[in-house]
Amino acid sequence: MSDSTLRLRGKVAAKLGDHIDTDLIYPGRFLNITDREKTPQHLFELAHPEIRGLLRAGDFLVAGKNFGCGSSREQATSAIKLAGCGAVIAVSFARIFFRNSINLGLPVVVSPAAAERLEPGDDLLVDLAAGRILNLATEESYPAAPLDPRAVELLEAGGLIPYLKKKYAA
Amino acid sequence: MGMTLAEKILASASGRETVSPDEIVVASVDLAMSHENADLVRKSFQEIGAGRVWDPERIVIILDHRVPAESENTAATHKAIREFVEAQRIRHFYDVGRGGICHQVLAERGHVLPGMVVVGTDSHTTTHGAFGAFATGIGATEMAGVWTEGRLWFKVPSTFRIEVSGALAPWVSAKDLILYIIGQLGADGADYRAVEFEGRVIRNMTVASRMVLANLSMEMGAKVAFTPVDEELLEYLAGRTGTRIPLSPSFEPDPDASYEQVIRIDAGESIPEPVVACPHSVDRVRPVSELTDVLVNQAVLGSCTNGRLEDLELAARVISFQRVHPRTRLLVIPASQQIYLDAIRLGYLQRLVAAGAMVNPPGCGPCVGVHQGILAAGEVCISSTNRNFIGRMGSKDSRVYLASPAVVAASAVAGHIAHPGEIRNEVAA
Repeated sequence: MSDSTLRLRGKVAAKLGDHIDTDLIYPGRFLNITDREKTPQHLFELAHPEIRGLLRAGDFLVAGKNFGCGSSREQATSAIKLAGCGAVIAVSFARIFFRNSINLGLPVVVSPAAAERLEPGDDLLVDLAAGRILNLATEESYPAAPLDPRAVELLEAGGLIPYLKKKYAA
Repeated sequence: MGMTLAEKILASASGRETVSPDEIVVASVDLAMSHENADLVRKSFQEIGAGRVWDPERIVIILDHRVPAESENTAATHKAIREFVEAQRIRHFYDVGRGGICHQVLAERGHVLPGMVVVGTDSHTTTHGAFGAFATGIGATEMAGVWTEGRLWFKVPSTFRIEVSGALAPWVSAKDLILYIIGQLGADGADYRAVEFEGRVIRNMTVASRMVLANLSMEMGAKVAFTPVDEELLEYLAGRTGTRIPLSPSFEPDPDASYEQVIRIDAGESIPEPVVACPHSVDRVRPVSELTDVLVNQAVLGSCTNGRLEDLELAARVISFQRVHPRTRLLVIPASQQIYLDAIRLGYLQRLVAAGAMVNPPGCGPCVGVHQGILAAGEVCISSTNRNFIGRMGSKDSRVYLASPAVVAASAVAGHIAHPGEIRNEVAA
């Protein structure tokens, strides 16, 4: 549904609380799966497996503070990304999860105002470059922290692998 | 204006005179560590297509999360890593039975020195701040970038300085101190920050105990966490590298460095008794005496946080000649092969096994819920590890309490969460 990498359109699939850790997102017992394409099968397996059924391509996840805390496991990001999620909007993100997301091309949006007000089903327009989230039904608009230019560059490239591939592949 | 230690190391690694918080710098990486997820790194690296890694001498790979292989998937992962390190001539590879938990092995093999920039595909890479290194966790694809380019961008963190004065109360350890601090600041209380620990209590700690502080600082979101570089540390390093490096101002913050926050703690006053982090968050910290009605099915002594020789020694002393309670299983996991050997030689393991403990192979074991010691629904575990998230150690309906090795050992004997003094008194009586 995105009309460009930096302008996203979609619905809020689910709203989660604070401190959603990487074990909740992708349990340790499935870390022996190293095929990224298979990781969405175990997304939120322990506590919120229903989200897998709710998430349609381009949909958003909304969460509270410190989303993605805990382990450095990249499967937490790839499971969300490859399940089709368009972006995660949260009050705040844990450091490694934030970097993993940019590196795998999953937009992560810091917006306490949006994270508080948005509800499942809301239809949104997210402008990553401008740092703005528009609720299309209510016409409410929420500011989002602007992404660092380096992060924008990586997202536009589709992540770190395609970005470096251009530079280094023979 | 002076610089904090994090600022100094990042300035030096990025070829700058000075840096300030929130600036983005590109720093050269001195050491890049991975464990089983080296296989994910390898896949991303091969997708990039750069051919050779930037510097095979600066890459260390240590198998620890699922050793020996628990499944065919893991066996294939281990095999792919062995083939890769051989093809890329990566010498610093610690295979099954040669190493142990990555953070312990990096330390005891002298891979980390003060002033280094260290990245690891493991969140607890902050542990190496105990050696004066700017050390932090990154993801597998980002590591593939490091293997390609040998450098990485960082946002310069602002720094919290935590000064600990007074003296630790009886049975109160580094683990209790850092759990107390996390309880005060919250699970995201130091998000994106550097932390500097200072004070007499810290300087009196062994290197092993300082590693506990740096390791668990990750659980309050810290990017890096330092304990002081002093004679005690340099002596430890000299014993491992054969080279005595002198003290240097480049290993210390400037006296006029600027801190976002200075936190002062009187250890004896603030932490009169051991503490425990309750399910399901490491910041739900309570005094051990309030939790003695919690019955325990499993007690775990191990991990990159608390599986070192001093931890096994203390547990053996607390248990003494008593036996593990019939209700409880005690799992002991030495953090490395070296610690395993030392603990055999010194009789600690003999004492623990005689008490009814089971010794598991050096590695992450039950801490990540992927390799032995898994909990069933309804079970309760007291553990010297670092995380108690829902389902971390098995069933989503199990509960994990985090505590010091002394409290874990006492609880194993009592069959419920117990103060180590209580167990010793029972012996005396």
